[in-house]
Parts: sequence; structure tokens; C-alpha cells
Amino acid sequence: MRYDLTHIMPWVAERSRVLDLGCGDGVFLRALETQRGVNGLGIELDPENLIAAAKQGINVIQQDMDRGLDNLPSQSFDTVVMAHALQVLHHPHRVLKDMVRIGREAIVTFPNFGHWRCRLYLGFKGRMPVSRVLPYHWYDTPNIHFCTLKDFEALCAELNIEIIARDFTAADNRGYLTRWLPNLFGVTAVYRIRHRTG
Amino acid sequence: MMEASSVGIVRPFTEVFDEPLSLACGHVLDHYELAVETYGELNTNKHNAVLICHALSGNHHAAGRYEATDKNPGWWDLLIGPGKPIDTRRFFVVAVNNLGGCHGSTGPLSVNPDTGRLWGPDFPPVQVTDWVEAQRRLGERLGIEQWAAVIGGSLGGMQALQWAVEYPSNLRHCVALAAAPKLTAQNIAFNEIARQAILTDPEWHEGHYTTQQAIPSRGLALARMVGHLTYMSADGMSDKFGRELREGSFQTDAEQEVVFQVESYLRYQGGQFSTRFDANTYVLMTRALDYFDMASAFRGDLTAAVGAIEARCLLIAFSSDWRFSPTRSREIVDALLCAGKCPTYAEIETDGGHDAFLLDDTYYIELFAAWMRQVDV
Repeated sequence: MRYDLTHIMPWVAERSRVLDLGCGDGVFLRALETQRGVNGLGIELDPENLIAAAKQGINVIQQDMDRGLDNLPSQSFDTVVMAHALQVLHHPHRVLKDMVRIGREAIVTFPNFGHWRCRLYLGFKGRMPVSRVLPYHWYDTPNIHFCTLKDFEALCAELNIEIIARDFTAADNRGYLTRWLPNLFGVTAVYRIRHRTG
Repeated sequence: MMEASSVGIVRPFTEVFDEPLSLACGHVLDHYELAVETYGELNTNKHNAVLICHALSGNHHAAGRYEATDKNPGWWDLLIGPGKPIDTRRFFVVAVNNLGGCHGSTGPLSVNPDTGRLWGPDFPPVQVTDWVEAQRRLGERLGIEQWAAVIGGSLGGMQALQWAVEYPSNLRHCVALAAAPKLTAQNIAFNEIARQAILTDPEWHEGHYTTQQAIPSRGLALARMVGHLTYMSADGMSDKFGRELREGSFQTDAEQEVVFQVESYLRYQGGQFSTRFDANTYVLMTRALDYFDMASAFRGDLTAAVGAIEARCLLIAFSSDWRFSPTRSREIVDALLCAGKCPTYAEIETDGGHDAFLLDDTYYIELFAAWMRQVDV
């Protein structure tokens, strides 16, 4: 399982209701069900992924998040998870608002475009970064909305979203650097958020 | 594709019931019979029974053949059989002809014990809830307390949903394909055109055509043509027929009348149907469709209706289905979500129209099979 997903696992309460936006092949939701006893629901658009998710035995709704999540009632899940999907959305800000509306808490992971490799690539080569983690070119990438940690946190403030916790994964043994300068050394960002009350 | 084969030669049988059945319309049927087929074996804990509910013109012959030489197998042979989504190596499959049907179950073609004559048009207007109750009694008769799954498409899907709403603990899984919580005005209008085609046929004789040695076959054929048209999509029809001619040509000196392929096809389908279906049953079945409303016992509140559902639900809609469009399935899905349930929902991209639930489509079959494999037996 991708390391941002193992990071999330402890943040999900046992036997809680979990909504996984862009659940992919359903492996993560299945793991949450077996390891944490959650009652899960996935949202997924891709037909192949839907079949894979059905094979995992998870419940999944075929739905395009970019066309809204109005059909999901407010506060109907304990945790809403969206792993590595923020950057493919047409309207990431709307989906974020929906996440904290639908769930008491939400967990978002995304690739940090402020990572030093991205900055060096763009700075020195003058071209959009292509890497092992993000292997696409600018014209064929599904990732249309990249952001840095600072960008994300600024959007949260604007949307009245409270950051409960954040964590960053580093591809190599640079944990200390990541803790020191996350926006420069964090490869993947993991945020635990909720709607700010009062 | 998965390895798939047939359930082989099958035999229908009849279950006779003498316990009175109170129908939704107020009428009480003292005696009735149900024509049934089963495929596969009931396991020792009786945990693997699957009920197949048929749609408007279906019956209990869902899979296999009566004779090896039969041209066509049962109507859902594509999905039922060893290695198929409704896998008869795992499941004990029960298919029943609903009350009011014309293929062996008590209906307009049966004798009314009060008069000694055929019921004909006087057969009570049975509804979906009556079918579900009759099916429940059939399950009891077969020793099935809880279905592993109740499955149906279109009007059959409505029965599956009604099962889940009405008898939450009597099924563990519910599959509703190309279904709707109730009919729209447009749906009812199409049914009414079909009924009027039958009712205005000179051979109708107020529904007592059998005693007049008549059959309103033209009306029935026309009803089927209208129905069949609404089960296909415009794109599907363009692909299948286009503007191809069956007979004649547009040459100015051509003597033969022009007949488009689509005309010929509809005439053939209508004609075939009129030889195998009873007009009174057709009127009765379309009325059952019109009257169905999942939420009627809940003052129209669909979320309240699905609130009691315990079964895991699978809903599948088909993109080009304009009879019961994906929006209609989404109404049910959204109600389930509002009620705190977690259904599975898929919208299959296809030009097969409403009939797509009967047709081969890799994605549809694979998804259905994957979902059914997690049904515990």
C-alpha cells in the first residue's frame, strides 16, 4: 500500500463510518474494514476500478466528484478520505468544502509541488517537472491542479477549514529535513482537517 | 470473458397454494398456482437461495432449455449458469412466473372457481406487493427462510426493492437493475398507448376474446412494438438498422413497396409476441408497473421507505436507458445514502437502452459477477 495510506490508517477511528473519495481499486478501504472494522463507502468514476473495488467486497458508488457531492448528506460520515485525488479535480476547493461538510473529519493527501526537486527542475530546466512519482508531461497529465503545502493551507484558511494535524512523507531518509522544512522536503502531504466551528 | 456454460435441460414445475392470499386491491385469492423453475442445488444450511424476479413480459423460464433443440434458452441465460454472474455452482436459483402471468401461474387464462369460466379481464389487478407476498410463500414452501439475494431488472428490480423494504430480514442482498422507485408520467403514457392498442382491437371483446375464439393479436403486436421501441436507444437503433431497406427501393420505377429494416424488425417482434403472450396479462402487468411506488406506504418519502432495508444493495443503471434512466436509479441510491446505507451503484456506458440489463456487455457482466462473488453462501 502507498505510504501516505499507511500514514492515514491510525487517524481513522475503529468501527467508524468512512467515505473514500476516489477509492480506486478499493484496497485501502478494504484494509480499513478488515483492520479497523470501519463501515466504508467508496466513490469512484473509473469502470475498471469499480470492478476491482467490487472484487474487494467494498461498497462503491460510481460518481464524478467534479459534478458535486450534494447527494451525500451533511455529517453522515465520521471520516472522509481523499488520497492523491485533489490534483486531478477540476474544482478541488468545492470538493474540500464538501468533505468537511459530509464528514466530521476529513483526511487529504496530495503530492507537494513545493518539493525541492520540483523547484530545481522548473528552476534549472525551465520545464514542468517529470519524475518517478509524477511521470506525466504537462499535456497528458491527469494532474491539473498542483499545489504546495503553503497554497493548500492558504485555501483551508479561506474555506474556514481547520487543520487538526499534518504529516509529510519523504521518499528517502530525510525525515528530519521534512520536519524542519516540510514545504521544501515533504514529497506527499497528509492533512487531517475539519470544518472550523465558531 | 469468463468460462460460461448452460444449466442444460430444465423442467418447470407447479406449486399449488390453498392458503388464501389477500391482494392489495382487496380481493382474496383462495387458491392459486405458481409456475417455477430452479437451477443449482440448495445447500444444507439453505443459505444459498437466489430469487429471480421477472420483468413485464418475462416468466419462470430464466435459464436453460426444455429441449436440446430449443432455438432460444431462458430469458436470462446470459447471466444464470455455471461460471456466470448468478453462478449455479454456488447458488440455488429460483425463478417464478408471477401471479397474473400467462405461462403457467394463476392468471387471466385460469378458471375462476366462482364462475367456472376463465378469469379473463376479471382477474384481480395484482400489484408488486402481491407478487412479493406470493414469492415469500413460495420461498417458505421450498424451505428458504432467507434469500442470499433477490435479483431483478426493470419491473423485476422493483420487486427486489419491494422485498428489501417489506421483508428486511428475509434477504441479505438486493440487486435492482434498470429500475425506478415509481413510474413517471411519460412511462405511464407509453403503457397507456400499449393498453389502448389492445383495448381498441376489434378482437378484444371486452377482454373475453378467448370465449369468442378470438385473439386481439394486432393490438397486442402494436403494444409490443411501442414497448420494444422504448426499450431501445436511438443510437442502438441507428447502429442496428440505420436506414437499411428490407424490401423495395427508392428507384422511381420500383414496383415493390419500401420497407425499412426497422419496420420489418418491429413487425416481426410484435407478431411473435402476440403468439406467446396473453392480452389480459399484458394489460394487468402494465397496470402493476403504473401503480408501483416504493414509497407509497411511507407517504411518498423514499428515504423513509428505504430506511428499514438491511440487505446490501446493488443498483445498476444503463446510460442510454430512457425508459428508466440512470437518474431514476440515482433517486434510490441517494435515498439509501440519506438513510445512512452504503449501496453499490454503477452506470454502464452502453447504447443498449433499457434492455441492456438483458444484453452482453463486458463491463456489466464483470461488475455483476464480481459483486455476486462476495455474496456469502
